[in-house]
Amino acid sequence: MSHSSGPLSATAVHDGRDLPVWGGGALPYAVPSKKLGMWLFIVSDAITFSAVIFAYGYLRLAAPAWPRPFETASIVNATVMTFVLLSSSVAMVLAVRASSLGKVSGAVGWLVATALGGVIFDILHIREWLGLIAEGVRPFSNPWGTPMFGAAFFTMTGLHMIHVTIGVVYLLIIAVGFGRRKLSAVDVEVSGLYWHFVDLVWMFIFPLVYLLSAKMA
Amino acid sequence: MESMPMEVQHHHTAPTSFIRKYVFSVDHKVIGKQYYFLAIFSVFVGMVLSWLVRIHLVWPNIHIWGLGVLSPTGAPGGVMSPDYYLSLLTVHGTLMVFFVLTTAPQAGFGNYALPIQIGAEDMAFPVLNMLSFWVTFLALCALVATLFVKDGPPISGWTAYPPLSAVGSDAGPGLGMGQNLWAVSIALFCVGSLLGALNFIVTTVDLRCKGMTLMRMPLTCWAWLITAILSLLSFAVLFAACVLLFLDRNAGTSFFLPAGLLVNGKLQNHSGGSPLLWQHLFWFFGHPEVYIAIVPGFGVISHVLSVFSRKPVLGYKVIVGCLLSIGFLSFTVWGHHMFLSGMSPYSGFLFSIPTLIITIPATIVSLLWLGTVYGGRLRFTTSMMFGLGFISVFVTGGLGGMFLAQPSLDIFLHGTYFVVGHFHMVMGVAAIFGMFAGTYFWFPKMFGRMLNEKLGKVHFWITFVGVYCIFMPMHFIGLEGMPRRYSSFVNDAMQPLMPVHTFMTIAALTTGAAQFIFFFNLFWSMYKGAKAPDNPWESTTLEWTVPSPPPFDNFGGKHPVVSYDAYEYGVTRNGKDYIMQTDPPGQPASS
Ligand code: HEM
Ligand SMILES: [Cu+2]
Repeated sequence: MSHSSGPLSATAVHDGRDLPVWGGGALPYAVPSKKLGMWLFIVSDAITFSAVIFAYGYLRLAAPAWPRPFETASIVNATVMTFVLLSSSVAMVLAVRASSLGKVSGAVGWLVATALGGVIFDILHIREWLGLIAEGVRPFSNPWGTPMFGAAFFTMTGLHMIHVTIGVVYLLIIAVGFGRRKLSAVDVEVSGLYWHFVDLVWMFIFPLVYLLSAKMA
Repeated sequence: MESMPMEVQHHHTAPTSFIRKYVFSVDHKVIGKQYYFLAIFSVFVGMVLSWLVRIHLVWPNIHIWGLGVLSPTGAPGGVMSPDYYLSLLTVHGTLMVFFVLTTAPQAGFGNYALPIQIGAEDMAFPVLNMLSFWVTFLALCALVATLFVKDGPPISGWTAYPPLSAVGSDAGPGLGMGQNLWAVSIALFCVGSLLGALNFIVTTVDLRCKGMTLMRMPLTCWAWLITAILSLLSFAVLFAACVLLFLDRNAGTSFFLPAGLLVNGKLQNHSGGSPLLWQHLFWFFGHPEVYIAIVPGFGVISHVLSVFSRKPVLGYKVIVGCLLSIGFLSFTVWGHHMFLSGMSPYSGFLFSIPTLIITIPATIVSLLWLGTVYGGRLRFTTSMMFGLGFISVFVTGGLGGMFLAQPSLDIFLHGTYFVVGHFHMVMGVAAIFGMFAGTYFWFPKMFGRMLNEKLGKVHFWITFVGVYCIFMPMHFIGLEGMPRRYSSFVNDAMQPLMPVHTFMTIAALTTGAAQFIFFFNLFWSMYKGAKAPDNPWESTTLEWTVPSPPPFDNFGGKHPVVSYDAYEYGVTRNGKDYIMQTDPPGQPASS
């Protein structure tokens, strides 16, 4: 039986020379592997957060009434937290810039500043948690209404807090590694991606959890 | 940013200690085999469990040796209780869907062959790769552990629907510790799969060798890439769902639990949640998951059909396009698993339409496979037989899907054996045929020896006829109304159909026994098989340019350069009918 040529043999034999031959490696997208890896991690992590936020929306819309307990003091506290986190992102930008210019001590300094922002955020947040717990908020009950309020609050903010805490450790490891010149500017940049992402998630949680549950005057 | 060289070269040296070489190895080839053997272990346990449930279905009072020891409460004296039937069914389904169909086709063969096929020395993140495997291994341990804890594995099935799965041990056996272990196992599995998916995508994008453009990649690589994207986007949701389930069970939250639940006479202290929320999250993952299981098979089948037909794949670009559109559409159809959940008929309609549309690319791909084979100079190797068998079982199972996709029909069919027949054909059997085709195809490369083809043919024919005997009748008893997930049918209207069940059980035991031919072939050939040449199938892709088995860094320090598409068969050049991808360019071939 002869090989059927013509329309069926769609992949005709090419003369390799006049095809654009790609040189291999990361050329066509110019993205170093680590950076692409972090981007993909962020995509999947963002989806995990989305699923939790979806669950919150689903249950909140289904509930006959959802508590709006946050007084001005809570909102101010959360606003300060937002401000701290945003500032830490600015510090992160500066760290990335310093590292790409090869300024090792500058980069390390800004990385530590970023991590410090994360620590302050965590402290403010835990203080807030403790306050709410003192008021009787639990994952299974609270003084104001549907028990799902506490469940959603602790789950969403808790998941975010874990990310901030991991981020602090991660940034400090990068700072030490970069300070000892074991890590490159790309590593700093990649850690920056993570940090900005965690920051961005908060920009969703802040309005959804706090502002939508602010006490109406 | 300083201009730094891209991280293409991994200069690691071969490890020497046993632990580094075979246990905590970062070599993608070793990790691929580890995943493969993890799947073999799981498929073996899963198969034994399926025998037990099939036996119980038709002989509910039979004493099964050893079962009483494994679970004195679930099977007192070796006689399985109805609850224990459900427990074992849960482990069967979870093992098969997650630890077999999601590991071997993607992480097993993908890990082994993807880097070599694209001309890379290893995956982009070898250490992460090792981590993925060991996390998956822990997940398997957690699942297997459910068999040994006090009241056994959960009775809630592989889909773990709440309220049953969320209320705790009051609701029945296995819903305490067993269900917790299940949730932990699946959450860990998600992590392992996510890390693996990330690694696959980065590797495919960044580490292709010179000349290996995307459109020159073997279709296997396309399939692994698309599967990895599906995993990345869907396991993230299942992970969240497992976390919420775990909180419901252990922190007192009520994400999946409504108010006023009375369980075995006890009012549950939960309110405000919705069991439907789990169904949405689960099936948002669950439908893409079925394609995660089957798309690597699509890749392998396209590949082996071309090799053994000595013809280029028909419509390479169309297949790539179809795989991409199947991948995309698979995120839009999850509601077809929920037609009976009380959704509005308009939503049912909305989910029905994309479900039917998905059959279009699936049909195109199937026709292109037939077109690839048509007019070829066929070589009926075992791998080829399983490739052809794949088309058969996939189309048969897919036809059942078209019935289920109609909400009006599904209202009747949803809770019946029709669904069981459908998904076993189209997902279970088809994906496993893909794995068999891959095993018979790549074994020579992986182990440096040939599998026995005679045993392979016997294995193929018994399996092929066997799976039709097991799963076709399920469609018909389903149409008759036989419900799924019942442990036995005694003294009820289903009695006249029991002989069909007996037939299916005997077929299952026979087909299962035939798998020992495969296991024997596998382990015997590993040590005693004929030595494999570098390129036993006269195939064109890069893995066949290196020794069998390949050296630690795959290409022995050389950097392959690719000048040809992946499927240059049916030509005449230097007395051969194919052109290796790495052959030097220039000399026009006469065909
Ligand atoms: C040809 C296109 C297909 C269509 C139209 C289709 C349609 C459906 C529908 C509507 C259901 C829900 C039935 C019910 O629960 O009432 C279903 C179940 C299922 N399908 Fe398909 N399907 C198709 C292909 C596939 C493929 C390719 C796979 C796997 C590779 C698959 C795996 C499954 C599984 C695992 C279930 C049942 C899960 C369970 O309830 O335990 N299907 N299918
Ligand atoms: Cu589906």
